[in-house]
Amino acid sequence: MPATAPAGVGQLRGEEPFPAAARRSLADPQLRRNLRHATTTIRGKSAAVIAEAPDWEQLRAAGAAVKADTIARLPELLEQLEAKVTEAGGVVHWAADAVEANRIVTDLVRAAGTDRIIKVKSMATQEIGLNEALDSAGITPVETDLAELIVQLGGDRPSHILVPAIHRNRAEIRDIFLRAMPGVDPSLTDDPAALAAAARHYLRKTFLSTPVAVSGANFAVAETGTLAVVESEGNGRMCLTLPETLITIMGVEKVVPTWRDLEVFLQLLPRASTGERMNPYTSMWTGVTPGDGPQAFHLVLLDNGRSAVLADEVGRQALWCIRCSACLNVCPVYERTGGHAYGSVYPGPIGAVLSPQLTGVAENTSLPYASTLCGACYDACPVKIDIPELLVHLRAEVVESRRRPTAESIAMAAAAHTMDRVGWYEAAQRAARLSRLAGRRGRGLPPPLNGWTVSRDLPDAPAETFRDWWARR
Amino acid sequence: MSSRDLVLGRLRAALTVGAHGPVEVPRDYRHAGPRDLDQLVERLTDYRAHVHRVADAAVADTIADILPVGGTVVVPPGLPSAWLPPAVTVLPDEGLDNGRIGAADAVVTGVAIAIAETGTIVLDGSPDQGRRVLSLLPDRHVCVVRADQVVATVPEAVARLTPHRPLSWISGPSATSDIELIRVEGVHGPRQLHVILLP
Ligand code: SF4
Repeated sequence: MPATAPAGVGQLRGEEPFPAAARRSLADPQLRRNLRHATTTIRGKSAAVIAEAPDWEQLRAAGAAVKADTIARLPELLEQLEAKVTEAGGVVHWAADAVEANRIVTDLVRAAGTDRIIKVKSMATQEIGLNEALDSAGITPVETDLAELIVQLGGDRPSHILVPAIHRNRAEIRDIFLRAMPGVDPSLTDDPAALAAAARHYLRKTFLSTPVAVSGANFAVAETGTLAVVESEGNGRMCLTLPETLITIMGVEKVVPTWRDLEVFLQLLPRASTGERMNPYTSMWTGVTPGDGPQAFHLVLLDNGRSAVLADEVGRQALWCIRCSACLNVCPVYERTGGHAYGSVYPGPIGAVLSPQLTGVAENTSLPYASTLCGACYDACPVKIDIPELLVHLRAEVVESRRRPTAESIAMAAAAHTMDRVGWYEAAQRAARLSRLAGRRGRGLPPPLNGWTVSRDLPDAPAETFRDWWARR
Repeated sequence: MSSRDLVLGRLRAALTVGAHGPVEVPRDYRHAGPRDLDQLVERLTDYRAHVHRVADAAVADTIADILPVGGTVVVPPGLPSAWLPPAVTVLPDEGLDNGRIGAADAVVTGVAIAIAETGTIVLDGSPDQGRRVLSLLPDRHVCVVRADQVVATVPEAVARLTPHRPLSWISGPSATSDIELIRVEGVHGPRQLHVILLP
């Protein structure tokens, strides 16, 4: 029986279903303005630098293939990574779930004799609720990424993978700093440069005086034992360089087979993610280097439901994700609802497929429906995860996990839901690609809609929608 | 059962479901390109690094111009001494503490490699680059790049670098766009990056 992520710890389940949470964000015009501005800006930057790379499609194909290969050989690659990290002076720990990972980190921090740690932004630590676990053990975790700091000081939750405080504007951030940042200058303005300088000033001493840092990892190379973290602000370099002890937590799927594979992902990630040719800083380290950087390195390999994702032949594609957030920025649903509505640290299209798989669909039944199936996420994804296919697959699982209504009633309910919303209708027409999906497999629509197509032929979707045709006339 | 065995066992069991196997990775993306120094300069400048193209003999004078009068410079142990202007206080890194490194006006380093297409310099901890902390705490990072250290693409850089060294890939000064996506330079790392490009 595959083990899903345990309930009651970490942040993979919302307190309410997606539609209820989404309704609240839809009613917040400030939030929607902030989000629209963010997603539009990042989309534009990203498109411009992707256009500069003439081999973008070849890179995507290589990225997808490396990930497929990784997932197919995950156990052996992890063993190789463990051996290489150990050889280079690191210590490898295995965590079956969030509870165990939190316990491992807490014990390591206690053993280092400190009650405060500095943190690099990391989705894995949010997923397992590490900050809460450390807090309750009497250890203070200090977020050092500016956005995470804003979120932490605001007693808030991140709303975007890449820009977690994007739901806040400068005036709100100034208020948060004045209220919660120790030693802040009361005449602080809301100029972004002044706000960043305040954070720099506040954190410098902390960087220099805290003996333990916790980070995530963007990539870990099995062949060499090398870990890589990409970032912008230099807070990552501070955490990875200054402390005596470094603890890195990574989901088991972050491993890549060879050193050479980094040449693919270091091109895909920044262009798809922040819309840069290269992010300002990428740090790589292998175990410990005498005389340079932390002299104790611990790597925590986290399952927390990933083996359950792997056990699903269709769903395992979600483990290819490199957390670039490109799918969020193109998603019409995310743009209107924001990250909080998804109830998980993984928002947007990837969250809609990853969270339910990590927890088991029965505990996240609304997320696979948090999409119009327009296909934009698939086109944007630098590793070609077919998110629409996964959404449909998971919807089928949701249905199966409940009492079974008829396939037709579900199809009709979904159609009515979509056609109610004018803006979504056009998007849904693009979802005619679903019939391509079906054709590819040669067995009608995927479940639950296959109940309807077994006795009927599915008409081919027209090559052009009526609206496109009309616009062209 | 140990957690190691538990996790590996679960992953192995998961892989008994469905078809999978080693996947051939298509490597038909671009690997190399012409060494284009103008492109390096353009991309570095685009990311708000300051670029100085000078002859070998002019490195020390260029650094003197970058530094405040009578400034202090941290240098890694293997830095060519000819690069340093006479009128500065030089702090060679013989185990300097973080306080002194952070208080210096600048650090001067060499680089392992520079990537033209992305405007990136990479440090690998060689004697002319030193410990990672040296290029992290001072407010100005001055680095000297020789033309033969420039490659066009990321794959060329990956092929030339050694994974067992601590690597810092640096593209422009530290920056954040976390507040309304407005780019602000110098959040935690050096606020200025100067690249001296030699022929
Ligand atoms: S699913 Fe693809 S596009 Fe979305 S965050 Fe992951 S890698 Fe990026």
